[in-house]
Amino acid sequence: MSFVAKIGAIVTFSAWDATRAAAIIEAEAHRDGALLPVLHALSRAFGHVPDEAVPIVASTLNITRAEVHGVLTFYHDFHREPPLPHMLKLCRAEACQARGGEALAAWAQTRLAGCDTVALEAVYCLGLCASGPAALLDGRPVARLDPARLDRLLAEKAR
Amino acid sequence: MSLRLYVPGDAAAVAVGADEVAAALDAAAAVRNVALDIVRNGSRGVFELETLVEVETAAGRIGYGPIDPGEAPALLDAALLDGGTHPKRIGRPEDLPFLARQTRLTFARCGITDPLSIGDYRRHGGLTGLERAVALGPSAIVEAVTSSGLRGRGGAGFPTGIKLRTVAEAVAPQKYVVCNADEGDSGTFADRMIMEGDPFLLIEGMAIAGLAVGATRGFIYVRSEYPHAIAALERAIPTARAAGLLGRRVGGSERAFDVEVRVGAGAYVCGEETALLESLEGRRGQVRAKPPLPAHQGLFGQPTVINNVLSLAAIPFILAEGADAYCDYGMGRSRGTMPIQLAGNIRNGGLFETAFGVTLGELVEDIGGGARSGRPVKAVQVGGPLGAYFPPTLFDTPFDYEAFAARDGLIGHGGVVVFDDTVDLARQARFAMEFCAIESCGKCTPCRIGSVRGAEVLDRIISGEAVEANIALVEDLCHTLRLGSLCALGGFTPFPVLSALKHFPEDFGAYKMNAAE
Ligand SMILES: Cc1cc2nc3c(=O)[nH]c(=O)nc-3n(C[C@H](O)[C@H](O)[C@H](O)COP(=O)(O)O)c2cc1C
Ligand code: SF4
Ligand code: FES
Repeated sequence: MSFVAKIGAIVTFSAWDATRAAAIIEAEAHRDGALLPVLHALSRAFGHVPDEAVPIVASTLNITRAEVHGVLTFYHDFHREPPLPHMLKLCRAEACQARGGEALAAWAQTRLAGCDTVALEAVYCLGLCASGPAALLDGRPVARLDPARLDRLLAEKAR
Repeated sequence: MSLRLYVPGDAAAVAVGADEVAAALDAAAAVRNVALDIVRNGSRGVFELETLVEVETAAGRIGYGPIDPGEAPALLDAALLDGGTHPKRIGRPEDLPFLARQTRLTFARCGITDPLSIGDYRRHGGLTGLERAVALGPSAIVEAVTSSGLRGRGGAGFPTGIKLRTVAEAVAPQKYVVCNADEGDSGTFADRMIMEGDPFLLIEGMAIAGLAVGATRGFIYVRSEYPHAIAALERAIPTARAAGLLGRRVGGSERAFDVEVRVGAGAYVCGEETALLESLEGRRGQVRAKPPLPAHQGLFGQPTVINNVLSLAAIPFILAEGADAYCDYGMGRSRGTMPIQLAGNIRNGGLFETAFGVTLGELVEDIGGGARSGRPVKAVQVGGPLGAYFPPTLFDTPFDYEAFAARDGLIGHGGVVVFDDTVDLARQARFAMEFCAIESCGKCTPCRIGSVRGAEVLDRIISGEAVEANIALVEDLCHTLRLGSLCALGGFTPFPVLSALKHFPEDFGAYKMNAAE
């Protein structure tokens, strides 16, 4: 599962590199409506899309910087700052709420407060709604979560 | 001869350890020196049983579930005895009441076949719809879809045949078929299951739509929250090309059609069709005013068929078996089957495809087995975050577009989210406003600002502050949202809010006192 492998490998983001970024952008630029694929590709490589990327994207795709900035800030998936090594995207939508999701979210917030290795983000539904509470941990779906199971999963990441 | 086992590769199975189960089975087989052939099938959609391992035996497939990785060695020993005894043996999966009661037209293969084997697909009836479509030609395809009565499964319920006809009649240098796989509604996963468990079905449906309207290019816009669905499609598409399901001569016809997967970026509003098109074009996902309709000026300004995964995935059956075979199921103007998704606090959660007309009570109580917590069911939200909350007194409502509309609800994409008596509907109403605020595309003031205000006012109600006056304010805001919104995100947020107020006044402080007076 190539895409899963790519988004799962959050720990291996490279440091920003303008030459490599230009090549990544170039590789996607031929597509119709290339901006989202470009921003996804940059995010996969660097974990975020830094401000330095904006003018390169704009000139390669022949659009304005304002357009790139507008898109970058519209979508929840794109980040402008370097990420923490790990990402827990916890579902906060209704079907998970109905299965104890809010209590789990409160617990995760306490558990990860001030944590500098695992970032906590809210997502709204992962299509695992009969097995919630659910989350994506470094891009991998996990479900039937409770504090104990989440703790175990996080401990694996800390190793 | 090797032993064939089925271990679902569906994200809902993987999320509870299916990959680890498959690895543990492999390891146990190595120790026992037996050859294993593990098929990563889709899910049968009985999620309490995941990971559901199936063994191919002389008497058909025998299931065991739910299996944890630690149970793999013992399970393998049972499996080696031709489906032998084991505490988690469930017998033939198709005999489970939850599955036996269904009418699976769209989900006929899901969970049964190897999703990435075109040979399996063909052996189980795949590709016959496309073959018929090629033989029939464009106008007969449109006619078949129209007379099947198929309506859009993405939420709005618009007749699919009419969309096809409009695009077929348009004259343009390029036409597109876009599949809306943004599936953002909480409580829904049918699109995901099809993409992961039977991706060729969606591709076949798109190819038939392409032939019908004269489109040569297709896009599948999948939400980024679905990495497994994206991966399955990326692997299925080259196979589909090699099999002639896509490419220069689709299904042996003179016509070309190909598809490309595009990944969303975490914006619920991009499920709205015009916002989705904006996003595909590389812009912010902001809703376009209609007209023009996408069928006239859609993707890159060209005539575009845009349909939900389930709408497109219903088309191969309609072509293969005939419009009547589909239309014979259902009630009123809701024809065919609906893949209903039972979710939230429910004992038997999962995918339940059945003819329209089943009541909400049958779904929640008989089929779903009530709340998983064992407590009484208090509320059911049908149709995602923009759908109404129904109390058990409305459980006689049949699953039908018009019947739900008549009770100020909607069936949307068919998600049914069950809550037990610990739910507080004032908080759910507040969440509906908050969700609208988070996901608003920002174009309309009531949606962008009104929803933020709505959440604040509901906070005040929850803390018991000037409850009556604040409830009146919420009702006012809902009125403004309904009238002043360009799309259903703002326009339908009043459904969950007002239904909560109407059916569960006891959760809104003073309302209770009012009702008692
Ligand atoms: C805020 C909002 C979100 C939507 N999300 C989806 C979605 O995730 N998937 C979908 O198929 N339709 C969604 N729709 C409905 C689409 O706008 C459109 O009606 C649908 O793609 C048409 O396809 P259909 O006729 O096959 O249902 C959404 C609509 C709105 C207003
Ligand atoms: S109602 Fe909300 S989401 Fe819909 S167009 Fe208006 S601002 Fe955008
Ligand atoms: S609501 Fe949490 S996975 Fe769907």
